[in-house]
Amino acid sequence: MSNSELTVEKLANEEYKYGFVTDIETDKLPKGLNEDVIKLISEKKNEPGWMTDWRLKAYRHWLTMKEPHWSNVKYGPIDYQDIIYYAAPKKKPKLSSLNEADPQLVKAFEKLGIPLEEQKRLAGVAVDAVFDSVSVATTFKEKLNDLGIIFCSMSEALQKYPELVRKYLGTVVPYTDNFFASLNSAVFSDGSFAFVPKGVRCPMELSTYFRINASETGQFERTLIVAEEGAYVSYLEGCTAPIRDTNQLHAAVVELVALDNAEIKYSTVQNWYPGDKDGKGGIYNFVTKRGACRGVSSKISWTQVETGSAITWKYPSCILQGDNSVGEFYSVAMTNNMQQADTGTKMIHIGKNTRSTIISKGISAGRSNNSYRGQVRITSKAENARNYSQCDSLLIGDKCGAHTFPYLETNNPTAQVEHEATTSKIGADQIFYLNQRGISTEDAVRLIVNGYCKEVFRQLPMEFAVEATRLLSMSLEGSVG
Amino acid sequence: MLEIKDLHASVEEKEILKGIDLKVNAGEVHAIMGPNGSGKSTLANVLAGRPEYRVTGGEALYEGKDLLAMAPETRAREGVFLAFQYPVELPGVNNTTFLRTALNEGRKYRGQPELSAGAFLALLKKKMQLVEMADTLLSRAVNEGFSGGEKKRNEILQMAVLEPRLAILDETDSGLDIDALRIVANSVNKLRSKENAIILVTHYQRLLNYIVPDFVHVLYNGKIVKSGGKELALELEEKGYDSVRQEEIAAK
Ligand SMILES: Nc1ncnc2c1ncn2[C@@H]1O[C@H](COP(=O)(O)OP(=O)(O)OP(=O)(O)O)[C@@H](O)[C@H]1O
Ligand SMILES: [Mg+2]
Repeated sequence: MSNSELTVEKLANEEYKYGFVTDIETDKLPKGLNEDVIKLISEKKNEPGWMTDWRLKAYRHWLTMKEPHWSNVKYGPIDYQDIIYYAAPKKKPKLSSLNEADPQLVKAFEKLGIPLEEQKRLAGVAVDAVFDSVSVATTFKEKLNDLGIIFCSMSEALQKYPELVRKYLGTVVPYTDNFFASLNSAVFSDGSFAFVPKGVRCPMELSTYFRINASETGQFERTLIVAEEGAYVSYLEGCTAPIRDTNQLHAAVVELVALDNAEIKYSTVQNWYPGDKDGKGGIYNFVTKRGACRGVSSKISWTQVETGSAITWKYPSCILQGDNSVGEFYSVAMTNNMQQADTGTKMIHIGKNTRSTIISKGISAGRSNNSYRGQVRITSKAENARNYSQCDSLLIGDKCGAHTFPYLETNNPTAQVEHEATTSKIGADQIFYLNQRGISTEDAVRLIVNGYCKEVFRQLPMEFAVEATRLLSMSLEGSVG
Repeated sequence: MLEIKDLHASVEEKEILKGIDLKVNAGEVHAIMGPNGSGKSTLANVLAGRPEYRVTGGEALYEGKDLLAMAPETRAREGVFLAFQYPVELPGVNNTTFLRTALNEGRKYRGQPELSAGAFLALLKKKMQLVEMADTLLSRAVNEGFSGGEKKRNEILQMAVLEPRLAILDETDSGLDIDALRIVANSVNKLRSKENAIILVTHYQRLLNYIVPDFVHVLYNGKIVKSGGKELALELEEKGYDSVRQEEIAAK
């Protein structure tokens, strides 16, 4: 075995650093799912009747569905009756500022390296912190209020702006969409709601830090972002989770709606607990994210850096309905140890002159498996649609796998579609070259990987790019030369 | 500065270096010449610590320390620099970022403060003038898509920035056009000092007209078969390796 392989083995044994459980008293429902549980969730949240009905319809539909197993990931059966579907902090705080927040909670955020106090001062980031399914702190509300921007938890939105929620909820991801989306529709606990009215550019990044905390609580977030005509918003989602013994299911739904000339940027840095080096105890992340470019010349751009989860199953997509609308997908998916990721995107071209760009960077290390699954569909009415896809895979070591599954469906002869794919390895000669300039193997791997991901990192807001680099470096501790 | 004693090394179970003895003092320039496959690059790489090469015997002392026991990055931080015969491409890794990282690693190791981005750029600008390199190469990825000559020149730029105590240049002259050869030779000469030592691996007497060596060694089949002053290079050029070696054997 060469030196560099030894280093790899050594690094590979490092464990997840963010594992800790915060001890906040939690109010939870007993395990299991039935119509009563759903009614109870809805009741606890004091929801309007139509919402309860919608949840029940989703539940009944879900009962008729089967868990999908078409993706390139393997996992044991999930017992849906063994999950707690609702947990809320007992001290339900109504806060105008962070100072009133549970000190334990603030400490938890500090452990994550994202003290909200700091964030308030930093670069105008308003944070809607979702902690175990219920939002406990929302900042910068007034400033947003003045502009007519709504940014709050989904529960609050259902109380204050029920008609607005009703108008858009489920219009991009209907409750019948897929197994996990249906389940989410039935039981979603909370999430974020953002609404930017006509002609308003949201002056700050809207940001939510998600965190799974209560033991064995499945997390079902529901996020809805609407940008009216000519509006602009950039939304940041970031997360990390404590160490767990049993696998935790996470099935979120995110819906984006962009009307005429509106633009939505949605950035994710995801770092959930991937499990130990044998894959035990990690998060199962089955997410449905979809954006509708409903208006002319609207634009939706997804940027994601994925480093966590035992299993990731996620395809942020764009439906390009409006003429001249634009969809973008920039992704870095990194897997290590026993992690499995099956991610990608769908670009559905419906309007004329619609354009989409897909830049996907997969990084596999350890014994992990990383699959890219991308679908580009050009419908018959989409005159002059264009797509450019680039899917690169980087292998670190020789026990991991990378797979690319591009699906292309063109029903209009004027379409221009370009697809490029590369697979590369970090070579021992590259590592040695950097070593010879005084750079350690760990740093050498980081330099190469950061270089490889540059096109995606460039899309992230500055502070987030720094965080992404840090997370990636952390996940790379356990990689090869 | 460097003392190599009876050094043996193999790659993939095949012995390449079969007992090398070489002493290099501060301020000296040593040229190593020898036919293809004789082990010149192997020697250079063994000194730099390339993992594929296994040292099977002998030792190498660098400033009195056991060089062969150090990790490759430690050797570099201690001031050992190898200009590669075939520089590696690092797609996506920005040349400037790379150089600054490398320099700061060395500075940290020596207990010096790291250079800020601004201070580094100022330094870099000076060094660029020294090696007469185009600015455009700095904003590109390390060696990616560089021409053969540009790669070699980039090696010399790295040397100029890192200011090594012991520089080993493995055929830095091959692939350079006449002007580039002169520029590279000039930069190397400017970096020459009483404190530093240089080992030049080359096939061509021409380079030695520009960088005049104190010693010339002939490496043949894993051994240094003859050493001499700068005139040895001329003799080699005239007679070829084989006859020089035959004479050497006959003389013994
Ligand atoms: N990684 C390797 N695997 C197998 N053989 C190797 C390896 N590296 C070097 N060799 C062999 O070792 C011998 C010496 O090679 P080396 O590169 O040191 O020669 P050199 O003197 O630098 O030649 P040149 O003048 O052509 O650069 C050659 O026979 C070469 O094929
Ligand atoms: Mg050679």
